[in-house]
Amino acid sequence: MIQRMGLTENKIEMKPLGDSAVVVKFGTDINSVVHRKVKALTLKLQHHSFKGFIECVPAFASVTVFYNPLIVKRSYDTGKNKSPFDIVSFMMEEIVKELVEDQEENPRIVEIPVCYGGEYGPDLQFVADENHMSIEEVIKIHSSGEYLVYMIGFAPGFPYLGGLSEKIATPRRSSPRVSIPVGSVGIAGNQTGVYPISTPGGWQLIGRTPAALFQPEHNPPSLLASGDVVKFVPITVDEYEKYQETTQ
Amino acid sequence: MSIKVIRPGLLASIQDLGRYGFQKYGVIVSGAMDSYALRIANLLIGNQEGEAAIEVTLMGTSLQFEEDSLIAITGGNLSPKIEGEAVPLWRPVLIKKGSILQFTASQSGCRAYVTVAGGFDIPQIMESKSTYLRGGIGGFKGRSLQAGDVLPFQEKTKASAPLFARLKQNLKNRSFGSVEWYVPAGHVMNTSERVIRVIKGMEFDKFSSSSREQFFEQEFQITPQSDRMGYRLSGPELQLEQPFELLSEAVAEGTIQVPKDGNPIILLADRQTTGGYPRIAQISSVDLPVVAQLKPGEKIRFKEITREESERLYLKREQDIEEIKTGLSLKKWSL
Repeated sequence: MIQRMGLTENKIEMKPLGDSAVVVKFGTDINSVVHRKVKALTLKLQHHSFKGFIECVPAFASVTVFYNPLIVKRSYDTGKNKSPFDIVSFMMEEIVKELVEDQEENPRIVEIPVCYGGEYGPDLQFVADENHMSIEEVIKIHSSGEYLVYMIGFAPGFPYLGGLSEKIATPRRSSPRVSIPVGSVGIAGNQTGVYPISTPGGWQLIGRTPAALFQPEHNPPSLLASGDVVKFVPITVDEYEKYQETTQ
Repeated sequence: MSIKVIRPGLLASIQDLGRYGFQKYGVIVSGAMDSYALRIANLLIGNQEGEAAIEVTLMGTSLQFEEDSLIAITGGNLSPKIEGEAVPLWRPVLIKKGSILQFTASQSGCRAYVTVAGGFDIPQIMESKSTYLRGGIGGFKGRSLQAGDVLPFQEKTKASAPLFARLKQNLKNRSFGSVEWYVPAGHVMNTSERVIRVIKGMEFDKFSSSSREQFFEQEFQITPQSDRMGYRLSGPELQLEQPFELLSEAVAEGTIQVPKDGNPIILLADRQTTGGYPRIAQISSVDLPVVAQLKPGEKIRFKEITREESERLYLKREQDIEEIKTGLSLKKWSL
């Protein structure tokens, strides 16, 4: 088992996820320092992968690297009879050592238009009442925040966003809806998110976006990627409908 | 060159080895549940091993071939019949124009794979022909097969031409012809109890000592709430030593996660890309095809092996497949 200190104060661990993947763990909680390392390794692997590399999946505090053990073994075993996991772990260690966290780098900012309230945001009033404010204040707070995309998961194109103001945090609905329409923008606890596909769910729905977060015919198929910053821009019902017409 | 779906049966869909490279966008892998069977089904008829196949589930599927076609059927023995006559598995088969292939009942296993020489002429979406059923993407029109669907396939490959010619010569008036040789399949077993090899999972140590013991000592049953996404198991309820917060992270095919109710779930082809439940174990890659052939109601036990052993088994299986490839290239001319 390879376990060693990284260049920074945080310990970096390499753990096997079965016989064909290694999880590079940068920490155990959600914060922007750990996130920058996750992002740096993901970017690095996109441009400089290795023979047998299949893909990597960034998460809140880790990057999981999937590989083909046979190709790794044949390409890199130098006769010392090392296992594919050891070979990939060693390569990841070397890459992590050289990772440069570019603090200056500006993240990509993606504006997502949202029509708040009305039939698109049936729970907006509830969120306002729960937090003792007007619906206008909820909209103002939600649309003035900057949200970091920590990871994409749960559903195609679904962003796990950090940065929701405590002031409008609201518990999930006691009974989940059977189907949440595509594009719904919701709040659950101290998280906010957008539903790229229609699924059941218990989030408080405050609005809807006409923007497509999941576009299977595009490459990449997701509007957002780990590391992006999202801003929600309020639009009217008319603007929502126009947007839909122009994109169809 | 095409196949017409007469009846789709319980569930039939187009699958290849899966859609890789897009999990970071939340796009699930999909693909054949029994990837070993899919690979062999392709190799038998001279295709690239990752070509798409029809994955047939349990029974009821019925397909009509509109031309003389070189095909292979592998995976579970779902009693395939052509015009009422039993068809052998794990070998090339020439089926005569107009004949109907039916899957009638499971003798062993849960899923069968039908490949055609040349492969299906279906567009790739995100570099794969696999059907992502819940997302409505890929495969044939993004969905499972329905009666009346016509699945086109490509011109057969050069590699399969000699075999096609020899089988055709011997066909005479029969609706299908095959060969004497076959690729032995050890993993589709018809025993009452199976042992699945696993590596300890990422959060194994967070489970109570009694749960850790029960996991390896007791039987688990595949419940009816099992599908391509995952198998839900019933057996001893597994509990954590103490609750803790786990950040969502990537999961893999064969990850065994345990939600709060204590009943483990084996994640399979249509799993989500990430998960937040503690992972008690990870199934060894070589045993995933065994799991894919399990039916609801069947029972399994888990046996611990080391990660190193699992890697050795993986490399050994790949060597075996290479030997099969070599063997098949020599058999091309013989019946």
